[in-house]
Amino acid sequence: MDESKFDPGYGIGLLPNWSDHGAAIDQLIMILHIFMVVLFVAWGIFLAYCLIRFRQRPGHKASYQSATSKLPKYAEVAVVLFETFLLVGLSFPIWSRYRLQKPDPEKALNIRVVAQAFQWNIHYPGEDGKFGPTRPELVNNAFNPLGVDKKHPDSHDDFWSVGTLYMPKGVPVVADITSKDVIHSFAIPVLRVKQDANPGLVTPVWFTSTQTGKASIICSQLCGVGHSRMSGKVEIMEPADFDKWVAEKKRPFKPKDKKPANAQLNIEKLTKGASS
Amino acid sequence: MSHDQDSHHEHKLSFIQKYIFSVDHKVIGIQYGITALVFLFIGFVLMMLMRWQLAYPDQPMPILGSLFPNGMPEGLMSPDFYNELGAMHGTIMIFLGVVPLGVGAFGNYLVPLQVGAPDMAFPKMNAASYWTYFVGGVVMFASFFLAEGGAAQSGWTSYPPLSVLAGEGQTFWLVGMIFLITSSLLGSVNIVVTIIQLRAPGLSFFKLPFHVWAQFVTSFLLLLAFPPLEAAGVLQLMDRVAGTSFFMPSGLVMGETVLDIAGGGNVVLYQHLFWFLAHPEVYVLILPAIGLITEIIATNTRKPLYGYKTIIYAAIFLGFMSFLVWAHHMFMTGMGTVMSDFFQVTTMIISVPSVVILTVLIITLWGSSIRFTLPMHFALAFLPMFAIGGLTGLPLGLTASDIYLHDTYYVIGHFHYVVAPGTLFALFAAVYHWYPKATGRKMSSFWGKMHFWGSFISINFVFFPMLLQGISHLNRRMYNFPLTGEGTTLWDIYPHAASIQDLNVIISIAAWVLGAFQLIFIVNFFLSMKFGKKAGDNPWEATTLEWATPTPPPHGNFLTEPSVYRGPYEYSVPGEEQDFSPQHIPPKPA
Repeated sequence: MDESKFDPGYGIGLLPNWSDHGAAIDQLIMILHIFMVVLFVAWGIFLAYCLIRFRQRPGHKASYQSATSKLPKYAEVAVVLFETFLLVGLSFPIWSRYRLQKPDPEKALNIRVVAQAFQWNIHYPGEDGKFGPTRPELVNNAFNPLGVDKKHPDSHDDFWSVGTLYMPKGVPVVADITSKDVIHSFAIPVLRVKQDANPGLVTPVWFTSTQTGKASIICSQLCGVGHSRMSGKVEIMEPADFDKWVAEKKRPFKPKDKKPANAQLNIEKLTKGASS
Repeated sequence: MSHDQDSHHEHKLSFIQKYIFSVDHKVIGIQYGITALVFLFIGFVLMMLMRWQLAYPDQPMPILGSLFPNGMPEGLMSPDFYNELGAMHGTIMIFLGVVPLGVGAFGNYLVPLQVGAPDMAFPKMNAASYWTYFVGGVVMFASFFLAEGGAAQSGWTSYPPLSVLAGEGQTFWLVGMIFLITSSLLGSVNIVVTIIQLRAPGLSFFKLPFHVWAQFVTSFLLLLAFPPLEAAGVLQLMDRVAGTSFFMPSGLVMGETVLDIAGGGNVVLYQHLFWFLAHPEVYVLILPAIGLITEIIATNTRKPLYGYKTIIYAAIFLGFMSFLVWAHHMFMTGMGTVMSDFFQVTTMIISVPSVVILTVLIITLWGSSIRFTLPMHFALAFLPMFAIGGLTGLPLGLTASDIYLHDTYYVIGHFHYVVAPGTLFALFAAVYHWYPKATGRKMSSFWGKMHFWGSFISINFVFFPMLLQGISHLNRRMYNFPLTGEGTTLWDIYPHAASIQDLNVIISIAAWVLGAFQLIFIVNFFLSMKFGKKAGDNPWEATTLEWATPTPPPHGNFLTEPSVYRGPYEYSVPGEEQDFSPQHIPPKPA
């Protein structure tokens, strides 16, 4: 991987953007900061000028009359117009694309992202395109972290990946985000994606990468003691390589899942007042 | 009023009646002020500990490390302890520090004086408000030592399910919050009634100092916005102790264990209730601060405020709009587009009155004669600092740019610019400005200016780098940024951690320097009571009614009930001998 892609470089310092929708977000952030700097500097010069010109000194008296210039009114109107432009011209369209224009599921890679303290589980539906149903009581961290009901016909070709999201370049990914325990937040900064993973709720997000490479998935919502180490990876491959990886993954489930001996210990640490 | 009559006879009061369980609004104000300053210092210390972990991760902390054998075994901070510090820093600073100082201390001390009243409308309720706050504060702080597993550690926002599943400290947090909310309700009712009922003869609403207006709007915010959080707090408490599931969905699995809960709750509901308070709370922090510096700026520019009515309408509009922007804290929860668009529009709208207020304050400088007194230093510094805080809110208030910046240090930089070099500087200005009224002596100007320049420079080295870190997507609430994990490389886990690490060291050192400069303030505050320069009744030559009282004002405040003849900011009136015309002195007949 090309490490220079990750050099933030202060100044504007945004992380590189690998997504096809992120350029517009970056542009908005740039425009906003140029606006902020211009406004602040102009305003600061005015403040400094006032402080020097109107300092108390012998022979200088304050005037009872207020300033009569219309300039402040014009400045306020200009700010309002600019904010309207930001909303209508930039933010609404970007957000609509991000939240409303869902790609055709037939032409996208559909996955489920199930967060748990403190890891990311990625559920792939397999060839049939259908996710097998999950049930909480089937969860087994070693063999079935999602609690997939393996007897169900939709599950037969499902597979999952813990910690790493494998995806092809140039193909939209539609991810249904949820969580098993507390609220997490699914963020891939270089793909300009962020979505809270709410237990009990499923929220879809979609993104397309224009590059191959490895990047981080970061949990962006405080989720407990291990929050800071709850990071995952996203590995973006050429579509052909991705298909190869899928073919490797397509194996029948092992008939018998055994619980690791130390699993009970972890539960006691993690839960409070819960019965098994 | 019967109270008015007996206030002129000094009763013999015991020390405890006079200074501890007093019903005098000034004593209560000072009690609030000192308690709040102590909590601000505690909150600051918590942050200084956190900054050690961020600057020198996984290195034992010298000296102080040994004070916390549980949280920092052998001086090494544990992640739970870091989360405790984070949650309690936010809670203490906001609910026990800044709001009690702005509303509790200055609202209490100044509002009755500025409206020409002998006391608050309900003096006993006022005392009850302070003592409820005090108990709430003690419960909060005690959770560090008494709660099994330490203090609350789910952030100052306490989102369930994390907070419901958390240790005992969270129960302390909730009980403490219920006390604090009750205290706020008692206090805000009192301020509203005092302003409506107890204004001196002639003091119409549009002759009130802007600070009184700011407290008036603030009290309505507290009155209307806190009850939903009180409800949310009680519901969360029930989820924790009574087995209800208001905020707990079905099918939660911790590790491999299915939680034995009723289920059916909604995790996002709590966030709506929480932010329904917590956004107006921002204006509860900032409005009294703006009110206080407006007084200071008007006094020290020797000139009427530019746009007195404009700033009042702006404050009322700001208060109203603050109820309609709460969900901009929740853009990443997955709310619908209609809702997020609504909230980003209201967020842009609420920026307009803020711009108006800043404009009024800066245009007031035009044509004035600026006295660079010590309080004026802090008041003027407030303007650019609050401007940075406001401007950096823009990219967070627009949903599109928020996708990238949400939950990064950009957010931390943004709201700290509003609250620390913004609101807190205004509150320091106010302490320096009204100290002579409360004690009869001025605080040392030299040491005050040392405090100012030291704080002003170092605080910018604390918060400006955070904005840069946020732009390179450094996440907030991180105990550390794994630089070397087992079998992983830096680039895989946290690719940009290396280059932000040096900024973390700069920020932490600046924070400790900032802390050191606050010691100057503390020493100055206490020594000036005895050694400060003696001040008369009206040392700043100001116009509003609090300066018409003896110094310090006795119980009952005014020697004779004042009548008001003019607006609050009559400075440099043409044809008058002095450049200030107090509200209670009638204009000379022409």
